Amino acid sequence: MTGDSRISANGGPPPALARVNDLAFKIGTVNGTGSASANGLLRRAIFRMGIPVSGKNLFPSNIQGLPTWYEIRANADGHTARTARFDLVVAMNPATYQRDIEEVTTGGWVLHDSSWPLPRDLDRDDVNFLGVPLAKMTVDNFKGSRVRILMKNICYVGALAALLDIDMEIVRGLLKETFAAKAKLLDANYLAIDLGHDYAREHFDCPLPVRLAPMDGNRDSIVIDGNTAAALGCVYAGATVAAWYPITPSTSLVDAFTAFCHQFRKDPETGKNRFAIVQAEDELAAAGMVIGAGWAGARSFTSTSGAGLSLMSEFIGLAYYAEVPSVFFDVQRVGPSTGMPTRTQQGDIQFVAYASHGDTKHIVIFPANPHECFDFAVKAFDLAERFQTPIFVLTDLDIGMNDWVVPKLEWDDAYRPDRGKVLTAEELEAATGPFHRYLDVDGDGIPARTLPGVHPKGAYLTRGSGHDRYGNYTEDSEPYADVLARVGRKIEGAAAHLPAPEIRVREGAEVGLVTVGGCRGAVLEAVEALAERGIEVDYMRIRAFPFHPDVEPFLAAHKVNLVVEQNRDGQLRKLLITETGAAKESLVSILYYGGYPMSCHHVMDGLAEHVELGAVPQGATP
Amino acid sequence: MSHIKKPRIHHPALTRNRLGLTRRDYEGTMSTLCAGCGHDSITAAIIEAFWELEIEPHRVAKTSGIGCSGKTPTYFLQEAHGFNGVHGRMPSITTGAHAANRELLCIGVSGDGDSLSIGMGQFAHVVRRNVDMLYIIENNGVYGLTKGQFSASADVGSTAKRGQVNREHPIDSVLLALNLGAGFVARSFSGDKEQLVPILKAGLRHRGFALIDIISPCVTFNDHHGSTKSYQYTRDNYNQLVYADFVPPAHEIAATYDEGDVRTVKLHDGSSIRFRKVPGNYDPTDRDAVYGYIRERQRAGEVATGLLYVEEAGGVGEESDFHGLQGTVEEPLVDYPFAELCPGAEKLERLQERFR
Repeated sequence: MTGDSRISANGGPPPALARVNDLAFKIGTVNGTGSASANGLLRRAIFRMGIPVSGKNLFPSNIQGLPTWYEIRANADGHTARTARFDLVVAMNPATYQRDIEEVTTGGWVLHDSSWPLPRDLDRDDVNFLGVPLAKMTVDNFKGSRVRILMKNICYVGALAALLDIDMEIVRGLLKETFAAKAKLLDANYLAIDLGHDYAREHFDCPLPVRLAPMDGNRDSIVIDGNTAAALGCVYAGATVAAWYPITPSTSLVDAFTAFCHQFRKDPETGKNRFAIVQAEDELAAAGMVIGAGWAGARSFTSTSGAGLSLMSEFIGLAYYAEVPSVFFDVQRVGPSTGMPTRTQQGDIQFVAYASHGDTKHIVIFPANPHECFDFAVKAFDLAERFQTPIFVLTDLDIGMNDWVVPKLEWDDAYRPDRGKVLTAEELEAATGPFHRYLDVDGDGIPARTLPGVHPKGAYLTRGSGHDRYGNYTEDSEPYADVLARVGRKIEGAAAHLPAPEIRVREGAEVGLVTVGGCRGAVLEAVEALAERGIEVDYMRIRAFPFHPDVEPFLAAHKVNLVVEQNRDGQLRKLLITETGAAKESLVSILYYGGYPMSCHHVMDGLAEHVELGAVPQGATP
Repeated sequence: MSHIKKPRIHHPALTRNRLGLTRRDYEGTMSTLCAGCGHDSITAAIIEAFWELEIEPHRVAKTSGIGCSGKTPTYFLQEAHGFNGVHGRMPSITTGAHAANRELLCIGVSGDGDSLSIGMGQFAHVVRRNVDMLYIIENNGVYGLTKGQFSASADVGSTAKRGQVNREHPIDSVLLALNLGAGFVARSFSGDKEQLVPILKAGLRHRGFALIDIISPCVTFNDHHGSTKSYQYTRDNYNQLVYADFVPPAHEIAATYDEGDVRTVKLHDGSSIRFRKVPGNYDPTDRDAVYGYIRERQRAGEVATGLLYVEEAGGVGEESDFHGLQGTVEEPLVDYPFAELCPGAEKLERLQERFR
């Protein structure tokens, strides 16, 4: 390869396999240097070429100065889960050179800033070094340190466009859209993109053997993060009250909700808000406000992460027992305690299922991607009002904050909110007998409720203290147990109305692969990878708790079910053992909980390990 | 027995208000508090205030936290929805309810244990947000249900029933609320219905946050010699600093005292508060002066009571109540038709161009 800034002692790296539209690359930068917009530009350009593509932002809990990475995976087959195999790394951060260079696959490339020589000890014989004097180019062409830092990012975008064969017209078009109102900035960006592009074309064989080519894979797709999609779902569901406390990685959900409300929910005449968003003093107050608003009849929600949900637990028990509709988004991050706030995990599954003291059990729904975040957000409000209970939408940092390619969101204008059993003023007026808040009139475990301010005959006192079926305070054994048992029946009865599991069965499969939430992509990729090796496995993704009636038969149909999830203790597996008739031995965990999104190789490695240990039949050897 | 419903039989001679309701119609279930509890007197004053104001009971939302005070919303306005939540969190539940339906008339009943310890954060922030509510603290200086521990409002030197002396500095909700910017701050005594009822009425009519801290002796655990929250101590050291009359919008002011002693403060709905017997240079609309005066009386060993501070109509607080700050529509959010909340399929389709 011409123009390599470094000549390897062993006569050069092995030739890379030629691959089109199946690549992953990673950009290592410093937090706060404005690389996010450059990386987004790359990801969007690839999307507009029609190639399924995802972007994962591995960022630190820091405002400025610490290392940060952006990973882009483009795959014609739609496999866009995280991969640990990087064909190319853009090493922009000297502090992480060593680590970044180590992560390049054999035969791959390292694009680095050759304004200064790379330390000798970072040499690898089996990869190609592509040096571009990014800092020098920007110093020569731009004025002001901030502009130079920003344009350095755009320069590497230009170089990558040449190396990977990204359509420059698309890149320029995106820049034009972004800087439509800022002509000066647009010119600077055009110049920077050309500087990088031209340098790469002049010094390297462009494109590389691993490259991109236009296709038509995204006609009905969008790229969106789960928090934005969930926020949009809240707007569409008619949520009017949000109360929250800032916490990574859930903050952007309320930020997006706020922006959408300002876009769609202003009274056209008065300019006033058809919504109320309260930044509470803490998560406890946020939960209280959501419950107060739900009690008063508004569709209300909060968005938080595990640490916040711990603080909300007391109120969660109240909403469960007093039967107040409310929606809680838990964008999970790494625990326990403060944990790793900017890393992802599925560590709240068990906690949320039974959050708060006493006998509780909650309805939890698990979206797998932003598309489902939108649908499930709407669903959550319907379920909350139908079952008069807190509903938990469990996502995670990977789903919530990363850029996913998903089918377009769809909306049916015939949708009407399911308000559940709410008695109107007319119904109360016409009622012959008194209203009893906790009386199960029709045997489904769900009593009717009334809203404050509607009618004197609907009045009752909501309480977290012991109450009987008529809503009166009680400390007596039977009336208390009567209500608690009925609430339990109500939640069990909800199972069949919750999202059914996603099940894919294959001819000749003996082993089940069970997973939840954002692991979906990695697990489905593993299912296909196994099939290519002649190993058929069935697939089931849990989408709700209490478990849907379809869950248990799937488990029973397989001697071994591998449960793939992102936590240390196999929380979904434990829940399946507790809540279904599945034999403990038949459920085997495949776990990854290191904080990065799940990859296909985690599933494959886990499977291989279990075969070796004898937990899984030999036939399933990957 | 854990729950006693009162029979609803009215004597035909009972006086009715313009809604045709008697005082009995504003009552709740039978109190299960101790005989002689100050809280029951407050409940009676609340019933009187609502009856006199001719408020439809079902327009009211009653909220409370945990403790003896938390039980009291059951004892008044049985035709109003109530929410007895968790300890110290009444403010957030009320904030949520008020956010959802701004036409609800919110009254929150708390205690010194509920508001000044676990609930102090929420108390401070409900003041900041200027939620339109009447916030009552039934202040007795002790934890009753757990049998007589000091609360955060217990004075230094005050003794417990079993003789312990409190040495920690008290938190004064009135000074705190003044500091936090509350637009209506009062202190009263459960034993003085004549003073309390007009203040309650004014508090219910005040737009924005209104605090009434009411000394409410605990007859079982804090009514002994040595307590500074006993009936005897409060009567002995009670300084009726400010007498306030609540005057509804349409009423003539029938003054029976020297005009020179009277100061009238207008409320937003056209009603007014007439302060009489205001000490020489006392200005109930001057926050700093009020703060200083209360401190001065405290140093003299007196408990200054009355409607101590009120923001005049047109003041800073008028448009800065919760919904003013939020910029919310005038109609309650709960009443908005879904069609006006959901942007619809076409807008979703257009919006998604941004994600391509």
